[in-house]
Amino acid sequence: MQADENSLSGRVTGPPLLSMRGISKRFPGVVALDAVTLEVGRGEVVALCGENGAGKSTLMKILGGVYQPDAGEILIDGCAIAIRNVNDAMRLGVALIHQELNVLDNLDVAANVFLGREPRHRFFGLIDQRRLHADTAPLLRRLGLEVSTRTRLDKLSLAHQQMVEIAKALSQNARMIVMDEPTSSLTLQETDRLLSLVSELRNQGVSVVYISHRLGEVERVADRVVVLRDGRNAGELNRDQISHERIVRLMIGRDIQAFYAESHAARVPGFLQIRNARSSRYPQHAVLLDAAQGEILGVAGLVGAGRSEIAKAIVGLDSSGGAEISLGGKRIDIRRPKDAISQGIYLVPEDRRGAGLVTEMNVRENISLPSLRRYAPLCLIRRSKERKTADQQIAALRIKTPSAETRVVNLSGGTQQKVVLGKWLAMLPRVMIFDEPTRGIDVGSKAEIHRIMRQLAEQGTVILMISSDMEEILHVSDRVVVMHEGQIAGVLDRPQCTEENIMNLAVGKISGTVR
Amino acid sequence: MKKIIGILLLFIVLCAVTTAVNPRFLSQANLTNLANQIGMFGLFSIGAGLVIITSGIDLSVGSMIALTGVLLCMELSDWHWPWPLAVLSILLLPSILGWIHGVLITRTNLQPFIVTLCGLLLYRGLARFIAKDSTKGFGDAKGIEWLRFAASGRLFQMVDSATGKDSFSGIPMPFVILIVVAAIAWVALHWSVYGRYLFAIGRNEEAARFSGINTRRVVTSAYVISGLLAGVSGIVFAFYTNSVSPSTYGNFYELYGIAAAVLGGCSLRGGEGSILGIVIGTAILQVLQNLVNLLGIPSSLNFAVMGAVVLVGVLADQLLQNRARKRLARARS
Repeated sequence: MQADENSLSGRVTGPPLLSMRGISKRFPGVVALDAVTLEVGRGEVVALCGENGAGKSTLMKILGGVYQPDAGEILIDGCAIAIRNVNDAMRLGVALIHQELNVLDNLDVAANVFLGREPRHRFFGLIDQRRLHADTAPLLRRLGLEVSTRTRLDKLSLAHQQMVEIAKALSQNARMIVMDEPTSSLTLQETDRLLSLVSELRNQGVSVVYISHRLGEVERVADRVVVLRDGRNAGELNRDQISHERIVRLMIGRDIQAFYAESHAARVPGFLQIRNARSSRYPQHAVLLDAAQGEILGVAGLVGAGRSEIAKAIVGLDSSGGAEISLGGKRIDIRRPKDAISQGIYLVPEDRRGAGLVTEMNVRENISLPSLRRYAPLCLIRRSKERKTADQQIAALRIKTPSAETRVVNLSGGTQQKVVLGKWLAMLPRVMIFDEPTRGIDVGSKAEIHRIMRQLAEQGTVILMISSDMEEILHVSDRVVVMHEGQIAGVLDRPQCTEENIMNLAVGKISGTVR
Repeated sequence: MKKIIGILLLFIVLCAVTTAVNPRFLSQANLTNLANQIGMFGLFSIGAGLVIITSGIDLSVGSMIALTGVLLCMELSDWHWPWPLAVLSILLLPSILGWIHGVLITRTNLQPFIVTLCGLLLYRGLARFIAKDSTKGFGDAKGIEWLRFAASGRLFQMVDSATGKDSFSGIPMPFVILIVVAAIAWVALHWSVYGRYLFAIGRNEEAARFSGINTRRVVTSAYVISGLLAGVSGIVFAFYTNSVSPSTYGNFYELYGIAAAVLGGCSLRGGEGSILGIVIGTAILQVLQNLVNLLGIPSSLNFAVMGAVVLVGVLADQLLQNRARKRLARARS
């Protein structure tokens, strides 16, 4: 790109625009950031890279005033400042553009750009429509966005809506724009356009912090790359050092404390065959998966790679998607969740509280929910039978609850997840798909859940484990499938399961070269 | 359970207050009349409650009652249908309408409020149109004595042969029907698989779907039941009033049903409520009307009194819940 070459000329000497020093942030049970430092110069594009959970988002939320740091200082133009809320950030010229856009799609472009700061008529306090639109037009021109200021946002593509957000940032005289995964839902051309816009902003003297998993984009647009790993600075690369391999190496360069214990369970390869699985998110890609009986198949990938979507399609939860499935050599027709459940194919969903449990109900009622008919001869529920199964699961999984009658809301995250497991284990699973089985769960419960998974596998249940936690993937999986943007990027047998191999496939570097 | 005790207390207090001011409240004639009213209004309130438990709402009940009432009169007196056929059609029609509501809500994602509001307007208009906006009665309908008894008679009525007056004025049939329907609904809601599904869907439809429950069918069935019970009410009301004027008949009844359900502990957020609560809620609303009459309060204030009591009841419940939540939070920290 031509713009890349003039970028350095725009730099000014003196204190950097932004400097965050020694930023630390703890959440209950985790250290999200540990003395992280980030500097951004004027008119500089800094890419912030790191694995899922490396601390990128937390750092940016501190910059945006969403979180307060536990330690460290933030300097803008060399002056220490405090960012107590989003308005402070705005006043200091920092604008955040989130992955999920914050636009009101029932209003027009101009209304969105000046939301909350509408120009008023002098006498009546009504909105000065003429000035509103007159002020918006030059901003759109500056971004090369050729739409009317009177277009409603729901008439615009996602890429254009994003531009409107950028216009909004510029209208507030933002000197620095943070973009969090800005291209995750853009097409190729739109991505191209956004990247040239980033270069254009830099030429206009606006700094950009660019967060992306897509290293190709980072290579194209960044003046400097800052890599975070496990909440710490892992290293920096200057423009001339930036390369795909170097970034990946910095992202993963740690000793993972994950010792894989080899399983000696009998394997029946190809016991579960999934063909032509399509989700409504990536309808153009058909996914093919094989899993052996007795193994735990890890499904790795970056957030948004379409893993959960495929899982839902498999168990019949995606009405416009679906899959051809054969289990133990027998073809299975799944049209709705009930079909999957009747075949012993269960999903432990990612969203425990939203989809896994009815949190206002008690443990007994949650465990019996999918198999209720079993406890109900003549359709009337026998609570004693229900209770017996619940108590069995509570004992078998060591669910820490005062009783089976305790409402699930009152239990901890790890315990709740065990209730979800209990409800499916009571029904003798043949295939279990775990989606982020231990996210947000304490270490103790995590180990127990892993142990339960291994036990299940040894008893002959096919296990698919979707996880964004690299440690978990390496620790538990017998084989790993890596997905990238709705497709299988590669399958790794145990000896090839290294963090580097998985990351390379996950960022979509080159599929098929890792052998 | 606590909720039911709360509204039961409210009910008893209301009865006690009314009795203290006007002892005629406890007279046989008044109690019989009250039971009759509770029976008629309770029937469709149970339907309204079931729909509310799925986190939906049914606004079409009043118009359905008008439509079925008008049709029943016309079938029996104008078209001379045999009564079993008439009753069957009157039960079937609102059930089908309820099914259509349910299908529209679950398949097309229309909001329950909108779908049933359209029903409210549609059926009222249809009722007026087919009756040519004139009042319908049973006129010269023959052979409906049994049906008339089943819908508006009195069970165990005893007449003193000496005076010719009632020695026991009997249990009004609508009340008997309500007891039967409430018992069935109670078992279905609190003891059957179906009832558990209703609560689960009302609380968290997504989780219910992930558990393999056919949420569309269960939600639709709630609207079917609501329609069916509106049909039963339609028959009962028609024989109670003996004439049906389609423009005013059953006006606002959907709101009585919703008020009774909410007063009885159903949450419009769904997943909460009980049959006993709904029945007591209905009883409270009817006692209130009775109270207005017996206390000589101008009947124009009828709605105002009802609104105030529902508001106080719901507010008290909410405040108690907030307090309990705060206490729980304090206990945890």
